Amino acid sequence: MIELRGVHKSFGRQVVLDGVDFEVRRGETVALLGPSGTGKSVLLKHIVGLLRPDSGDVLVDGQSVPNLSRAGLTALRLKVGYAFQMGALFDSMTVFENIRLGIADETQYRDEAYCDARVAECLRLVNLLPEVGRKMPAELSGGMRKRVGIARAIAGRPSYLLYDEPTSGLDPVNADAMDDLIEQLQAELHATSVVVSHDVRGSFKVADRIALLHHGTIRKVGTAEDFVNAKDEVVREFLERDFQLLEAGR
Amino acid sequence: MTATPRLSGELPLHIQAPRLVAKPVIGWFAHIGRFGMMVLELIRALPDWRRWVPRAVEQCQNVGYGSLFIVLLTAGFAGAVTSLQAGYQFTGSVPIYVMGAVVTESIILELGPVLTALILAGRIGARYAAELGTMRVTEQIDALESLGRNPASHLLLPRVIAGIVMVPALVMLADCTGLLAGWAAAKSSLGITNADFVYGSRYFFRSFDLWYSLIKAEAFGMVVTMIPCYVGFTADQGAEGVGRATTTAVVMSSVMILLLDTVLAKLLLPGV
Repeated sequence: MIELRGVHKSFGRQVVLDGVDFEVRRGETVALLGPSGTGKSVLLKHIVGLLRPDSGDVLVDGQSVPNLSRAGLTALRLKVGYAFQMGALFDSMTVFENIRLGIADETQYRDEAYCDARVAECLRLVNLLPEVGRKMPAELSGGMRKRVGIARAIAGRPSYLLYDEPTSGLDPVNADAMDDLIEQLQAELHATSVVVSHDVRGSFKVADRIALLHHGTIRKVGTAEDFVNAKDEVVREFLERDFQLLEAGR
Repeated sequence: MTATPRLSGELPLHIQAPRLVAKPVIGWFAHIGRFGMMVLELIRALPDWRRWVPRAVEQCQNVGYGSLFIVLLTAGFAGAVTSLQAGYQFTGSVPIYVMGAVVTESIILELGPVLTALILAGRIGARYAAELGTMRVTEQIDALESLGRNPASHLLLPRVIAGIVMVPALVMLADCTGLLAGWAAAKSSLGITNADFVYGSRYFFRSFDLWYSLIKAEAFGMVVTMIPCYVGFTADQGAEGVGRATTTAVVMSSVMILLLDTVLAKLLLPGV
């Protein structure tokens, strides 16, 4: 379970998170919606301790992330798979080496046969051919990079999966394919997932619950139906940007 | 009654002025603190040798083999020019064998280590700052940390170790090349005999000179790797941030080399 309690975060004078209270229950997928630049990625980075809150607390499995020791933080990170927005692949390594680095267990990481099998399995899970493993990140398209980033995130069999804008920059067909992939991974891995996105339609498709981040706080949390029926002007305004959703809601 | 002068905004000058001075000073202290933390991280990463040794070997190739040509070329020309200019200044006024001493001492004590370090500050420093800065802005360093890996043992320590190992080796080769080039230039242009050159070189030479050259090389090796690693690792967002980090790394490393050069001369050379 992931909990954020009254999290505040500022960069200089810019307040990004202004008392965020947020909860993700075990096994569920929560989509964190909000316009670009509202601090969704910042919030996600707090969960793995890449950023520390100015005040408030972040709890994962009951452990306070900002107060974890170095060893504790490493142990936590091995339980969490983080798929970065642009893939964040190590460009000096092949796709195979990138995914292998995601294997959390040190003994397994040193076992060549295990690594070969696990990398092939991860590539299959993200619908990529085994030959892609030999390529360098620079040879991949944007969508493939995102998939490899997800493959690296799941290589260590994490209990938690964090997706940062998995569909941003993709054409509608590939964005749909990415949503299908997230659903498929959820069905196969049963991980607790947070999907950060500004894509309303995709979030409605993959998430059990949705949260809207607005001006540094969580404006609304609920199911897709709750959102469609919401009377809150801010929620309505955000949803109405997606024409198809509006049509579906009527 | 005259109005209180103002710089900008609403606050009067006597409040704004101390703030304007304090801000960069605090910024510098923050950098020193973060740099100290990075050094601590490097020391903590030392036991994780399985990670950093293979990567350090790769980096040694980059620093050593990759820089060999430009380092030797510079040292060769420096040795030759030193010899020719010494000849221009001293011919007819001091015994010709002094040429050997001037070339040998200039190359070993100063030109070999300093020129090599300045070249590496440009070649390796810029490369490290750009590599790590790009990794920072493309979230590769965040990705490494999110995978439970330590960036110090994966990225920083291999680069610093490469500098500590390879810069002294390059300086020794530069010293040899500079001496040989200086000898050849003196012999061909000034007509000095081998015996006179060797006599002059040995007359003023102390074995401590070589140790001094090595100590300087070690110190410069740390400077040309640690400063660019720090600057690149803490680069701001965007291409502009990487560009700024690269320039800062080269300028800072070069300034630190010249500063250390003076400090070490004062500290280590007897009678100075």
